[in-house]
Amino acid sequence: MNPAATPLGKDLIGLERLTAEQIRGILDTADPFKEISERAIKKVPVLRGKTIVNLFFEASTRTRISFEFAEKRLSADTVNIASTGSSVQKGETLVDTARNLEAMRIDMVVIRHGSSGAAQFLAERIPSNVVNAGDGRHEHPTQALLDMLTLRDHLGRIEGLRVCIVGDVLHSRVARSNIWGLTKLGAEVAVCAPRTLLPIGVEELGVQVFDRIEEAIEWADALNVLRLQLERMQAGFIPSLREYNRVFGVTRERIERAPRDLLILHPGPMNRGVEIDSDVADGPQSVILNQVTNGVAVRMAVLYLLAGGAPDRAEAAKAEG
Amino acid sequence: MATNGTRPLLLRGGHVIDPSTGQDGTADVLLVGGQVEAVGTGFGTPDDAEVLDVSGLVVAPGLIDVHVHLREPGGEHKETIATGARAALAGGFTAVCAMPNTDPPIDDPAAVGFVRAEGRRAGFARVYPTGTVSLGMKGERLTLIGEMAEAGAVAITDDGRPVADAGLMRLALEYARTFGIPVAQHCEDHSLSAGGSMNEGIVSTRLGIRGIPNASEDVVIARDLLLAELTGGRLHIQHVSTRAGVAMIRDAKARGVSVTAEGTPHHFTLTDEACEQYRTEAKVNPPLRRPEDRAAVIEGVGDGTLDVIATDHAPHHYDEKEQAFEDAPFGLVGLETALGVAVTQLVEKKVLTLAQLIERMSCAPARAFSLPGGTLRRGSIADVTVFDPAREWTVDRTRFLSKSRNTPFEGMTLRGAPEMTIVDGSVRWRRNA
Repeated sequence: MNPAATPLGKDLIGLERLTAEQIRGILDTADPFKEISERAIKKVPVLRGKTIVNLFFEASTRTRISFEFAEKRLSADTVNIASTGSSVQKGETLVDTARNLEAMRIDMVVIRHGSSGAAQFLAERIPSNVVNAGDGRHEHPTQALLDMLTLRDHLGRIEGLRVCIVGDVLHSRVARSNIWGLTKLGAEVAVCAPRTLLPIGVEELGVQVFDRIEEAIEWADALNVLRLQLERMQAGFIPSLREYNRVFGVTRERIERAPRDLLILHPGPMNRGVEIDSDVADGPQSVILNQVTNGVAVRMAVLYLLAGGAPDRAEAAKAEG
Repeated sequence: MATNGTRPLLLRGGHVIDPSTGQDGTADVLLVGGQVEAVGTGFGTPDDAEVLDVSGLVVAPGLIDVHVHLREPGGEHKETIATGARAALAGGFTAVCAMPNTDPPIDDPAAVGFVRAEGRRAGFARVYPTGTVSLGMKGERLTLIGEMAEAGAVAITDDGRPVADAGLMRLALEYARTFGIPVAQHCEDHSLSAGGSMNEGIVSTRLGIRGIPNASEDVVIARDLLLAELTGGRLHIQHVSTRAGVAMIRDAKARGVSVTAEGTPHHFTLTDEACEQYRTEAKVNPPLRRPEDRAAVIEGVGDGTLDVIATDHAPHHYDEKEQAFEDAPFGLVGLETALGVAVTQLVEKKVLTLAQLIERMSCAPARAFSLPGGTLRRGSIADVTVFDPAREWTVDRTRFLSKSRNTPFEGMTLRGAPEMTIVDGSVRWRRNA
């Protein structure tokens, strides 16, 4: 099969270059795949015989495990390569790693890398399908897709929703993918953070900016609260964690003043008491664990579509074999 | 194909353009004994002279690039003094100034002598060494500026890095005055650009690449203009890329500050959109900026605020650029594309006349760094560039004589190409048919 002929093309690098129709196609495919994880035997033969390499140059337990579950539930053969202890640490370049993998005749690569553009770099150099599992500050498309699936599950739609991304947008690939995905599906998107943690020209991506968390809460239907990496404080982006919590923290007191029910998302792992308080994270409006569940379904959908599947055949594919 | 420099050379019937003398018309040029003997018509030709018909071509004082990286010593896999000087000839340059940020850096008289000697030994374009401002480029203590000047250094610069310490920069400007050489500055405040790989703006935001704001360049330009004013020293600002930078230099010149400045072909041609798709060939420092900055650089070159066109030729081996964007080194090669890019972007678009282009690429660089050349005046060195301003060609990096291929201009169709490069009265490079 011509890999470019799949519904997503050869690779999934980011949501910036997908159409609204393609994004909806992934979410529509993920819906029937959710059920596989509810079965006693959580396995279908959709990717039987396919070899997938999970290439993680950056530590990421939950994304890697989520992909691995998705791959195993679709019956793919998987190999995990982490940068620790690998040839990467011995100075091998990304392009050499890619060529070596290719020589082993693999079908797909899931890559997480600390440099923006690394996934695209790889995709341009190998014929295998490449899935971006997070590259630098660029994109983390499957995280945004699972966020959107969770929003759709709970609020019934994406179009017309008001979603505010709260926190370190500057360093966040999750924020960029969410901005592209949500705006393409017709949501209104805002960001709220200290200006030191907002990228230059973020308004030009079609989002509005709130300087105060109270205003964001007043406006939004859902808050997607980002993790504040603690090293940002050492780097001087914020003066202290305590001050961050006092000014930008998503606390129960603030949530209670919201004019409507507010859905709370967080890509994890959370810093409880910094960007989010425990009674919000564990409260009734939190859908944080639903996000984790949906993550596996979304990743199954992406792998299935890149392997040549189609959204309208997803239900039937589950029953095959 | 090189002619014997001891034999007189007559270039017959070319369009001679020499801004230093105001010459602009059809004339013959006679080079004898490594010097310009005569420019005009009707003068006698020595019997043993070699006569070359250059009708239809422009004959100009040899082009000079005051900003190239030749990578030797320490980076010979990217370029050597010989390969760089040969690439310079192929680009129409008769002389280049080699930046001192090699490994080890050129920070003492012996190292300066090495670069000079290797340049002579290669026998291609003239290679003028520069020395660092600070020992080891550490930004702490001044080098032996006087001894380096005596050994042949034509300027001092820590290029690749800025002189961050204002006090040291002041001392350098004051001290270098004694020797009549300029202090060339790479204007960048690392505390503002730290970790950045491209221009800070909407493109870097979309790509998720850490950005370098205009202000990181502007604050150092502002500071150094004030220091040049304070000290009376000769400041040369390298590769200006910002709108505010051009404006500040223009104002300083109007106040009489002793400052010269460069515009590069890439900054007057490309914007940060060239970095889309994470194209590392467009990763350069200072970065390619927004369209309004590019427009300001064009305007600055046009009105002479940026007196000099320089390439910042920065060769890198292909596997060093074959990396994720933020991991790849800064720099592009420019020697072999500069004339074509400049003719296409500036002359064809009527920003500059051909005479003004030659002024920016030959006369002004010679003045800025007090180099011989930049003129066809009788008795001056016989360095001449012959080029065809109408020749159309397509950039094909596999044909570069430079050891490196890192160009963002690949595949671009340009007008204007060198035909013959003459150094010291002898044809050292000539286009193959």
